[in-house]
Amino acid sequence: MFDFLDLERYDLFGAFWMTVQLTVFSAIGSLVWGTALVAMRVSPVPVMRAFGTAYVNIIRNIPLTVIIIACAQGLYFTLRVDMGSDDQSTAYFRLAVLGLSAYTATFVCEALRSGINTVPMGQAEAARAMGLSFVQVLWLIVLPQAFRSSVAPLTNVLIALTKNTTVAAAISVAEAALLMKEMIENEAQTLVIGLLFASGFVLLTLPTGLVLGWVAKRVAVKR
Amino acid sequence: MSDDVSLAKEPRDAPPAAEELVVLADVNKHFGALHVLQDINLTIHRGEVVVVIGPSGSGKSTLCRTINRLETIDSGTIAIDGRALPAEGRELARLRADVGMVFQSFNLFAHKTVLQNVTLGQVKVRRRGRADAEERARALLDRVGVANQADKYPAQLSGGQQQRVAIARALAMDPKVMLFDEPTSALDPEMINEVLEVMQQLAREGMTMVVVTHEMGFARSAADRVVFMADGRIVEQAEPHQFFDNPRSDRAKDFLSKILHH
Repeated sequence: MFDFLDLERYDLFGAFWMTVQLTVFSAIGSLVWGTALVAMRVSPVPVMRAFGTAYVNIIRNIPLTVIIIACAQGLYFTLRVDMGSDDQSTAYFRLAVLGLSAYTATFVCEALRSGINTVPMGQAEAARAMGLSFVQVLWLIVLPQAFRSSVAPLTNVLIALTKNTTVAAAISVAEAALLMKEMIENEAQTLVIGLLFASGFVLLTLPTGLVLGWVAKRVAVKR
Repeated sequence: MSDDVSLAKEPRDAPPAAEELVVLADVNKHFGALHVLQDINLTIHRGEVVVVIGPSGSGKSTLCRTINRLETIDSGTIAIDGRALPAEGRELARLRADVGMVFQSFNLFAHKTVLQNVTLGQVKVRRRGRADAEERARALLDRVGVANQADKYPAQLSGGQQQRVAIARALAMDPKVMLFDEPTSALDPEMINEVLEVMQQLAREGMTMVVVTHEMGFARSAADRVVFMADGRIVEQAEPHQFFDNPRSDRAKDFLSKILHH
């Protein structure tokens, strides 16, 4: 039944390793950019608030495939943005991380914004009354509590991101979905191959969800 | 405990300083159509304890919150220690650091321990070293009687303890004036006194205080002056015994008749 699984011919582990790398780098990128976006959305400066709101509402409503292909066609071919690499496949990998981060950051931003809403207004007021600046209030008082109460929604975003990395196949990044397509074309075992890759993803995301669920309980702020 | 932990700058027995510390002149504020502060003129001298009382919705909390610009004003001026209150930014933050504030709902930072709550402002705003800040924090926590709770989180404390920590947190900044916005209104009855005692002690030591409260006993015993507000105006100000025994305005007589008979 598993005759098709010729690991010499199909680099199954390499493909999933690429999936993991896409996920990890995009997770870091989207966390940083998403935090910056939420800071803009709650800032007292109207221009920044407007930018944050516009960015989130536009980007999260564009299909990820369109964003990823725009990164390859628009940035790489038209604007010659090679992300510091002569090698096309490396450049595509980096562009995929860029696209995934830009897209996922909108969901990180909104998860964090709901976390900010759990922090009582009075604490920010007390911090301001003490002479802390806006950035200090956000960084020292509001965001630490927002992150702690956003672990569960952020876990959802991370799981979605893990699965969304399959879209990078559209620009030939050698991750799991691209290998699956290749194997389905070459072998007759469509159903088994599908199951194999599905279990691969479940194997990646299930522990993530369990571990972060435990973390969410551990770090919750007692009120 | 130790002598170097004075809660206030100078003892009350010092020569009476008539220096003006907080000056509100012709202050007006609207919430939409509601004129919550109407031509407020109020001067608070260094070392003075001013208690603001009045019916709900009379604007007394709003008045208190304008002094450190947690509420903006529509017209008029507010000056603290001779300097006009800046509108925004670094200048405003610097001035706020000199004005301690205690809130009705305590507002302790829930993710930080009691000790961290009291050291944060010292380290981040006053730029004190961590060791100095902790020493001062522990001394202040001792003064307000919660030294043994230093490593707990706010949610593990009773309301009265939380409010005393909040007072210590404000005092840690060495403020020139302390604002109390209904500090006992959210407390269970048996915890009110422990907070009022800390405030009494502070008043005795000569801290300049503006206290919005419904505690008439505190107003009577600790205030140098009672300010009575109604409908956004200061209706009457007087020394406590004069105000409580001989109110001049009908509005104050009516208010007092409603609260003093139970």
